[in-house]
Amino acid sequence: MTVESGMAWSWTRVGALIHKELRDFRRNRFILFTMAVLPIILVALPMVQLFTIPAAAASTTLDTHIGLGMLYMLLIPAVVPSALAAYSVVGERDQGTLESVLVTPIRREEFLVGKALAAFLPAQIVAYAVFGVFLACAALFSAPGVASAIFHGNHILIQVLFTPLLSGWSIWVGIAISTRSVDVRVAQQLSMFASLPPLALVSLMALNVITPTVGLALGIAAAFIALDGLGWRAVATLFDRERLVTGGTA
Amino acid sequence: MVDHLTKRFGRRVAFDDVSFKVGYGEVFGFLGPNGAGKTTTVRTFGTLLAPTSGTAVVAGIPLSPATGGQIRSRISIMPEAPGLYRRLTVVQNLEFFAGLYELDHQADRIRRALQAVNLVDRAGDTCGSLSKGLRQRVGLARALLNDPTVLFLDEPTSGLDPVASREVHDLIGSLRQRGVTIFLTTHRLEEAERLCDRVAILNRTLRLIGRPDELREQLFTHTLEVRVGAALTDPGRVLGGLAGVEGWEESQTGTYALTVADPSAAAPEVARAVVGAGADLLSLSEARHSLEDVYLELIDEDVEVSRA
Repeated sequence: MTVESGMAWSWTRVGALIHKELRDFRRNRFILFTMAVLPIILVALPMVQLFTIPAAAASTTLDTHIGLGMLYMLLIPAVVPSALAAYSVVGERDQGTLESVLVTPIRREEFLVGKALAAFLPAQIVAYAVFGVFLACAALFSAPGVASAIFHGNHILIQVLFTPLLSGWSIWVGIAISTRSVDVRVAQQLSMFASLPPLALVSLMALNVITPTVGLALGIAAAFIALDGLGWRAVATLFDRERLVTGGTA
Repeated sequence: MVDHLTKRFGRRVAFDDVSFKVGYGEVFGFLGPNGAGKTTTVRTFGTLLAPTSGTAVVAGIPLSPATGGQIRSRISIMPEAPGLYRRLTVVQNLEFFAGLYELDHQADRIRRALQAVNLVDRAGDTCGSLSKGLRQRVGLARALLNDPTVLFLDEPTSGLDPVASREVHDLIGSLRQRGVTIFLTTHRLEEAERLCDRVAILNRTLRLIGRPDELREQLFTHTLEVRVGAALTDPGRVLGGLAGVEGWEESQTGTYALTVADPSAAAPEVARAVVGAGADLLSLSEARHSLEDVYLELIDEDVEVSRA
């Protein structure tokens, strides 16, 4: 890992990279498919849950059903950005553009942050938009008891709090895999699997196996932030211009 | 300036103990067979690879991990593959790279770069829809965006038709006039001979460096080629004893190659001798070795050494 102290941090370069990534995503069928189809599937399943919960169900049954539905939606911030992040470096290599970018003044950290934000921003928009649609449907069409359980439990807090944190983990894991991969599809499949383990912990709260108090949620969120920070450090270490350019000869 | 620069990948030597200087505004040709270390050398100057040992100053800045960003902001490298985003348009590609260089007046710079490579009318086309030659020109436009002090061109005319190649050659000429130092890696030896002030031939080590005519001087003796109407009956008597002629051989019937120290001094003597022997002198000229001859001579030597 080389030190690049000669140049000051530049948000202009980061912005240029994000702008380019979003333009490229819009024209990449696989990325568009991932961003459109996965959320549709993952919101359809909780919708089914929502409308099949008996209105007179016991509160524990209700919570379990709702928790399961929410869990499907938490897959969106975990899986969607992992697909985008996995494409980030190996995709550049695949197109033959990586060297052209690395010979510009962009710093390693700027490159990584640009790539991470380019995956993070659309994933958050999609995840929150889908959650908004789910809440709207719950408020308008579900049984009053079900809607009340959704809006008055900790489900919204868990969803709002963990959406960006799960994305953060998925992105760093995805970029890490992407820096070491030679095949785009393999990278995307591996990162999707690697993005899931943290979801297990969140699912315990969503399913009320662990009672989701605000304090516990915040504590786990803090742990996630630390984990995301470690992920960033690890990826920065893995990102070696020499190895990326020579394809591992170095 | 490059001083004893070496790059190894583990036990494999990419290039070894390379030293040379390139002057401001010079067009410097870098030649060598595949696997000779040319691209690795350019990548090292572009701070993509760290040298194993030795030092270099690129665009006036010492090469070190800490100066990588500064060097990269002053240079441009156009790799052999133009490295463009095929789903983005030509302008969108250039906008992205202009952003990475944090350039002011981006629209104006992009327009000028496209004008320089005659691509203004294709600005809105996606790069994936362009031919290889046009993509190469977009790559060149990208390399011009930041007005580099040193421009590294790796096979810039690869895949271009003769007209487009000539346009690139003209562009290189105009950049030289503007004081841009150009480091040209090419397999086209006639291109190097035509464009480069000096050339270096690399085959893991630096084999030779100098002006193309200097290299010919170093490698080859001067040769006069004499063509006569009918073969001389006793060429040894006619050509062997002439002052200034060090040796001779009949390369074809009626054609003789004479090794001389000074062609202009020996030529009149040779002409008189041939005519005096009753032969019809058809032509008398100095045999000119091309840069390709120089290159092949060196590379063949290396092949023989490696076989031995």
